[in-house]
Amino acid sequence: MNAQPPLLSVRNLTVRPGRTLPPVVRDLSFDIAPGEMLALVGESGSGKTMAARSVLRLLPAPLMPVEGSSIRLKGSELLTLSDHEMCKVRGARIGMVFQEPMVSLNPAMQIGKQMAEALRLHHRLSDAEIRDRSLAMLERIRIKDPAKCLAAWPHEFSGGMRQRIMLASVMLLKPELLIADEPTTALDTLVQRDVLDLMVELTQEQGTGVLLISHDLGMVAKYAPSVVVMQSGIAVEQGRSAKVLTAPAHPYTKSLIDALPRRAEGGSRDTTARPALIEVQGVVIDYPGRERFLRRDPPKRAVHGVDLTIGSGETLALVGASGSGKTTIGRAIVGLVRPSAGAIRYQGHDLLQAGPETARLRARMQIVFQDPYSSLDPRQRIEKVVAEPLLLDKAMTAADRRDRVRAVFEEVGLPWALADRLPHQLSGGQRQRVAIARAIVRNPAFVVADEPVSALDMTVQKQILRLIRALQDKHGFACLFVSHDLGAVEQVADRVAVMENGLIVEMGTRDEIFDTPQHDYTRRLLDAAMLIDRSFGAVMA
Amino acid sequence: MLRFLLTRILSAIPTMLIVTMAIFALMRIIPGDPAALMLGDMAQPGQLEELRARMGLDKPLPVQFATWLGNVLTGDFGKSTATGEAVLPLIFERFSVSATVVLVAVLFASLIAVPAGMIAAWRQNRLSDVMIVGTATLFLSIPSFWLGLMLLTIFGLWLGWLPVVGYVSVADNLGDGLLYLIMPVMTLVMVEAGAITRMARASTIEVARLEYITHARAKGLSERAVMWRHAFRNAFAPTWTLIGLILGSLLANIAVTETVFTIPGLGRMLIDGIFARDYPVVQGCMLFIAFLYVAVNLLVDLIYPLLDPRVTA
Amino acid sequence: MSVLGLKMPALRLNGLLGALILGSVVLIAIFGPLLVSGDPMALDFAARLKGPMSGHPLGGDEFGRDVMLRLIHGARTSIWIAFFTTCFAVAGGLAIGILAGFLRGWVDRVLMMFNDALLAFPGLLLALGFMAVFGASRQGIIIALGLAYMPVVVRVVRGTVLSLREREFVEASRVMGNSELTTMFRHILPNCLAPVTVLATTMFGWVILAESALSFLGLGVPPPEPSWGNMLSTARPYAGQAPHLIFLPGLCISVTLLGVNMFGDAVRDWLDPKMQG
Repeated sequence: MNAQPPLLSVRNLTVRPGRTLPPVVRDLSFDIAPGEMLALVGESGSGKTMAARSVLRLLPAPLMPVEGSSIRLKGSELLTLSDHEMCKVRGARIGMVFQEPMVSLNPAMQIGKQMAEALRLHHRLSDAEIRDRSLAMLERIRIKDPAKCLAAWPHEFSGGMRQRIMLASVMLLKPELLIADEPTTALDTLVQRDVLDLMVELTQEQGTGVLLISHDLGMVAKYAPSVVVMQSGIAVEQGRSAKVLTAPAHPYTKSLIDALPRRAEGGSRDTTARPALIEVQGVVIDYPGRERFLRRDPPKRAVHGVDLTIGSGETLALVGASGSGKTTIGRAIVGLVRPSAGAIRYQGHDLLQAGPETARLRARMQIVFQDPYSSLDPRQRIEKVVAEPLLLDKAMTAADRRDRVRAVFEEVGLPWALADRLPHQLSGGQRQRVAIARAIVRNPAFVVADEPVSALDMTVQKQILRLIRALQDKHGFACLFVSHDLGAVEQVADRVAVMENGLIVEMGTRDEIFDTPQHDYTRRLLDAAMLIDRSFGAVMA
Repeated sequence: MLRFLLTRILSAIPTMLIVTMAIFALMRIIPGDPAALMLGDMAQPGQLEELRARMGLDKPLPVQFATWLGNVLTGDFGKSTATGEAVLPLIFERFSVSATVVLVAVLFASLIAVPAGMIAAWRQNRLSDVMIVGTATLFLSIPSFWLGLMLLTIFGLWLGWLPVVGYVSVADNLGDGLLYLIMPVMTLVMVEAGAITRMARASTIEVARLEYITHARAKGLSERAVMWRHAFRNAFAPTWTLIGLILGSLLANIAVTETVFTIPGLGRMLIDGIFARDYPVVQGCMLFIAFLYVAVNLLVDLIYPLLDPRVTA
Repeated sequence: MSVLGLKMPALRLNGLLGALILGSVVLIAIFGPLLVSGDPMALDFAARLKGPMSGHPLGGDEFGRDVMLRLIHGARTSIWIAFFTTCFAVAGGLAIGILAGFLRGWVDRVLMMFNDALLAFPGLLLALGFMAVFGASRQGIIIALGLAYMPVVVRVVRGTVLSLREREFVEASRVMGNSELTTMFRHILPNCLAPVTVLATTMFGWVILAESALSFLGLGVPPPEPSWGNMLSTARPYAGQAPHLIFLPGLCISVTLLGVNMFGDAVRDWLDPKMQG
C-alpha cells in the first residue's frame, strides 16, 4: 500500500465563502488508497459535505478552496484544471451519489436517458452498446425487468430503488473514485443495508475507492476501514476506524461515541406488574383514498387489527419501516385519526365515544412530533407555545401560568432568556425541548413520542433521549415511543412491539426482542441495524 | 395517460356550465329591461308586452336560461340589437383580427423572455441578471395603453414611419397588414415579456438548487448541457402555465390595445357593445372570451405532462 | 446561511426604493390636494394645450385645466380606489376562503365550484361585465374589481388553510384540547396572513393598472373627475399637439406601479420562509 501513490490525496484544504467570512473547511488533509473506503464523519455544519464537493469542484456559489489547498487524483492536481478538463474528470473518473433519492434524479427524463447521458459523454459508444451496458448493469443490481426500467420515469420507483438506479448509473462508468454523500440517510433500515451492501459489492468488483460522507458512526464502523472525524470544518481525529472508534483520543470523538444509544444507559425496569393505562384492541385504520374526478380511490388500510397495552409509567416502543402503520397507531391513540374498527381505552374508558369525560381524558395524553420545526407555530413565541395548554385550565391565573411555564422551562433545560424567541430562532434541539415542554406542562399520564429524535444531530439525540427518560422517571408518565431507530429504542424502551405492513409481528420485553428475536422480520431488522457494539463486539463494552 | 386527458377534459364541463350561468345572471342583473331598451322611449305599453313575449322575457328565469343555453349550443348567439346582425359570425370575424395580434405577440414575447429569464437565473446576482430583472420589472410597470400611445406618438405622429389609424388584415395585403401589426405587437410583447421573464427566472432558480442539477454536473456535463438538457424542461413547466394564462387573458385585455390602435378586434366589439347596451353582443363576446380562456388553459394542462411526467400519476 | 446573506443588500435597496416611491405617491394622494390648493376642474383658456408655463408648472389640458392639479387629484383617485378595492377583495376572499377551508365537505365543494368558474374568467373581462352592471363610477369600480379579484384571494387562502391543517403544530393544538375554532383563530388565521399580505401588495398594483385601463376605456372614473386613465383617454386626440398630456399621466401610472412591484418583491422575499435561515 505504501508503494502506490494514493488514489486521492487532499492536502490543507480550506474552503471559505469570499475573503472575509470564516472558512467552512479548514486545513483538511487525508488520503484514500485505490479501492479503499474512507469515511468523513460529522454532525450538520461540520463541513463534511463541502469538503467532499470540493473534490468534484461543485461548491455552491461563493464557496471556494483558498490558495494553498491541494486535491490530487492519482498524483495530478484537480484544483488547477480548466473547467473543460474538470468536466472530463467528473463522472468518468470520479462519480458521486447524492443523499435525497427523491430529488437527485431528473423527474422529466427517463431512467434510460439519464443512464446513457454520461456514457455517451465520456465514451465513444454506439446506442446499442450503451443500451446493452445499461441493461447489464440494471440486471447486475437485480432490477426486475431492466428493459422496462430504461423507459420508466423516476417517480415510478421507491426511494430505495431510485438510490440503486443512481448507484448503477454512476458505477456504469467504472469511476476510480466514488463519492457517496449520506447515500442512505433518507432510507429505511432494511433498504439502507441493501443499498450499502450493493455499493460495497460494486466498488469492490471494480476496484473503486470510496469517499463516504456520513453522520452515522454505526455505518462507518461496519463499512469504512478508515475515518476522518470533522467538527466545525476541522478534522479533529483521523485514522483506522477500529482504533478511532474504539479508543477515541479527541473529546469530540468521545462525545460522538458517547452519544450512541446504549442499552446500559436505559437500565431496566420491571414493568410486568403495572396496571394497564392504554388498551388498543383490534384497531383497524383506513386512510380515505385520493379524491379523483367524480370518484374516489378505494381507502388504503394502514393498520390491520392491532392489539396492544401500555402500562402506566412504562415505555412501549413501536418499531417498523416507514409505511408499517406505527405512526398511525400513535396518532389514533391521541385522537388525530379515527379507527374504522376496534377500541381504544384509557383506564377502561372508551376514547372513541365523544363526551366531556373523553375530552377530560384526552387532556391527559400528549404527543411530541418528529420534526420540531413544523410542530411549533412559526408565529408563536415559545413562552406562549408552552403556556398554551394551560389556557384551557380556567382555574389558573396568568401568574400561575407564568410560574408553571418557568418551572417547565427549567425541567427541560431551556434557559428562561429564550422565552420570547420565535421557533426559527432556536436550534433543532432547543425546539424539540420546547415541544417536550408543551407536552408535559399539564402533567400528562401518557405521551406519544413520534420519532422524536430522528431529525436531530447525534449528540443532541442523546440529550433528548436522556431528557425524556429523566422526565419520565420524575413524573411517571407512560410513553409510546414510535421509531425506526433500533439504537434509540434499545436505550429507552421497556417493551418493544415490531410492526410490519400494518400488523404487530412480535412483541416482548426489550431484552427478549433484542437478544432472542423470534420473528424473521425482527431478526432481519436487527441484523440490518448498524449498532456499533455489534460491529466491534466486546471492544465497546 | 388517457384517463388523465379524459378526466381533465370532462372536468372543464361543469366549469363552462357555471360560466354560462354567471354570464346569463350578470346580464339579468343589469338595470333596465332589455325589451324596453330596444324599443326606446317612444314605445307604447302594448308593444312592450308583445316584444317581451317574443323575446321570452315573460317566462321564468330557468326556462329563459335553458332556452338561451340551447341556442348557444346550436351556435345561435342571438342578433345584435343595434345592427340586427347575427352575433356569432361577427365574433368569428373580429376574433381572427384579435387572434393574429395576440398569437404573434405571445410567440415573440416567449421567445425573448424565456431565454432571458433563464440566463438571468443562471447568472444570478451578476450584472446581466440585475439588468434583465430591472428591465423586466420596468416593462411590467408600464401600462400597455400608455406604451401604445407613446409608440403611436413617436413612430406614427412625429416620425411618420408607421400608420396611425385603422387596420389592414394580413390576409388581404401582407405588406400593409404587417405594417399595421408592428406597433400593437410591439406594445404587447414589451408588456408581457416582463412577466414571463420574471417567472422563467424564478422557476429556473428554484430548479437550479435541486440536487439533480448538481448530479448532472457531477456526471461531467458542461454548464450549457446542464442548463438546457436538465434545467430547461423542469423550469419551463410553470412558465408554460403562465404563458397559457397570458394568452387567455390577453384576449380580454386586448380591448385596451385595440382601442389605442383602432383595431376592429373582439375586445373592441365587447366595449362598443357595453357602450351601446347591445346585450346580445356583450353576452356573446363574454361567453366566447371566457370559453376561449377555459379552452386555452385546458390545452396548456393537456400539454403539461410532456414537460412534467409526474402530473399524470 | 451566510450564503443567502450576500443577496440581502440588493434586495433591501430594491425594497427601500419601492417603499419610497409608493410612500411618496400615497403621501401626495393624501396631502397633495391640501398643500397645493386649486380646483382641478377650473378652466383657463390661456393654458389650453400649453406646456409648462407660469401658474401651470406642468401646463394645461385640452380645456385649459391645470395638469399638475389634475395629476395630484388623479393620484388620490387611484390610491383611494386601489386601497378600498384591495381591502374589499382581501376581506371577502379571506372570509370565504377560511369558511371553505374550515368547514370543508359540501360547503367547500360548492364554494369552490363557483370560485373556479369565476377564476375561469380573465380578471379584466369579469370587471368589464360587472362595470356593465354597476355603471361607471368610483363605487362601481371598487365593487367590480373587488369581485373580479376576490376569487384569487379565496383560492390562496383556502389552499393555505388546507395545507396548514395538515401541519403538525395544528395537530398539536388539537391534541392539547383546543376547539377547532380556537385552533383556527390562534394558529391557522395568523399563518394565512403572510401569503395574503404578499398577494394584497401585488393586487394593489393590479388594481391601479386595471382602474386606469377601465378609465381609459371610458368605463371607469367618469370625466370630468380626474383619474390618470381618463386623462390619457381624453388627451388622445391631442397627442400630436400636446404630447405632455399623454406622457405625464402614463408616467405617473408607471412610476407608481414600479414602486408597487419593487416593494412587492421585497415583501415577498421578506415573508418567504425560505429566506429566513
